[in-house]
Amino acid sequence: MTQVKKITTPLDDKRVMELKAGDSVLITGDIFTGRDAAHKRLIELIKQGKELPIDIQGQVIYYVGPAPAKPGYPCGSAGPTTSYRMDPYAPPLLDRGLKGMIGKGLRSKEVIESMKKNKAVYFGAVGGAAALIARSIKNSEVVAYEDLGAEAIHHYYVEDFPAIVVIDYLGNDLYKTEPPKYKK
Amino acid sequence: MRQINTNQIKDKVKELFLKANYQIDQDIMQRLEEALKEETSPIGKSVLNMIIENNRIASKEEIAICQDTGLSVLFIELGQEVQIVDGGFIEAINQGVKEAYQEGYLRKSVVDDPVFERKNTKTNTPAIIYTDIVPGDKIKFMVMPKGFGSENMSALAMMKPADGPEGIVNFIVETVKKAGPNPCPPTIIGVGVGGTADQAMVIAKKAIARRMGEHNKNDKYASMEKEALKKINNSGIGPAGLGGRITTLAVNIDYLPTHIAGMPVAVNVCCHAARHAEGIL
Repeated sequence: MTQVKKITTPLDDKRVMELKAGDSVLITGDIFTGRDAAHKRLIELIKQGKELPIDIQGQVIYYVGPAPAKPGYPCGSAGPTTSYRMDPYAPPLLDRGLKGMIGKGLRSKEVIESMKKNKAVYFGAVGGAAALIARSIKNSEVVAYEDLGAEAIHHYYVEDFPAIVVIDYLGNDLYKTEPPKYKK
Repeated sequence: MRQINTNQIKDKVKELFLKANYQIDQDIMQRLEEALKEETSPIGKSVLNMIIENNRIASKEEIAICQDTGLSVLFIELGQEVQIVDGGFIEAINQGVKEAYQEGYLRKSVVDDPVFERKNTKTNTPAIIYTDIVPGDKIKFMVMPKGFGSENMSALAMMKPADGPEGIVNFIVETVKKAGPNPCPPTIIGVGVGGTADQAMVIAKKAIARRMGEHNKNDKYASMEKEALKKINNSGIGPAGLGGRITTLAVNIDYLPTHIAGMPVAVNVCCHAARHAEGIL
């Protein structure tokens, strides 16, 4: 593997274009969380032509529903959830300026096409490495949909959040390119 | 009759779910260490390193290994000479689950209605309880918090007897290949063959908890396990699905007598965070 790239959020076209599939990155800055239920609500608002509760321009959404925080911890264990469930919701958000998604697992053709069109990046975090990843989350607060509990939209401040660029803005996809190299 | 109080049951269930969610069994940790040595992909190695480090942190700090602390599944062997006193058996188990998840900072992941309301029950109950009545005066518990990233990749095939062992191995391998990176590889694959459709899936789930390195006592089934594992690992999917030689840590097959006309095959997929804990009252 090549050396680890340190990157900061929010992202713009230039920063996204510097990221290539296979890059190991450490992310520092603000990110938002969101999974099934929150995405469903965001898309409802978009359909109704209403304003979203968060400004997603240049932002990164982490697909996660964290465990509750133990006293003295900013956040509970927080590994990625499987991304394909958010596939139907991702293109409208990318069209509105979302620049990055963090999750695990395959993305649909439609999402990848939208990423290419809008210059966005998909980061993979290691599923199940939830206690380790939580160490990089320095601050957590709920910013929308508090009633959803673990599924509420949280704002995280992260420092050196470990991830891998799995699909870059050109549509290069590690899930397609890497396994054949180890096939027998 | 030996009397066991529902409070003891509640406390035992609570203790076991906390333990299972914080600590990965030593045999799985050892297998992960071996996998790290066997893995040739640099990304795969770094993923395995993160998993091992994660499990150490969770155990040391007593925090959840994975945020998906799962549905609460229990396999119980209830001795027929046990008399449960001071309340209901099922209520006591659910109370134990509730206390573990509420007091142990574990995520509550149960929704009441699967289609419409999908309202969180906020207690991680009801638990999923399988009880066998056995001889003796003890209660044996095996608890398994089961995450859904992997559960969603599970599959059932009502195969023809003529499909034979090759058909079964192919179905297992294809199920894992189709799942790709989604179930958090390296996975553990539980397989149930025979019985009815429902029974096959139950024994598949139970097979996930088998000790690492053990094979089915029937050599023919053991060789199916080895063949399926080899074929899966030749897929190249690798840790986290990012390419590599270690896609699955173990394939565990169990079987039951079945109907003359059928051969049900159930594949229950489990992520590397294969959490379970056992205890006896």
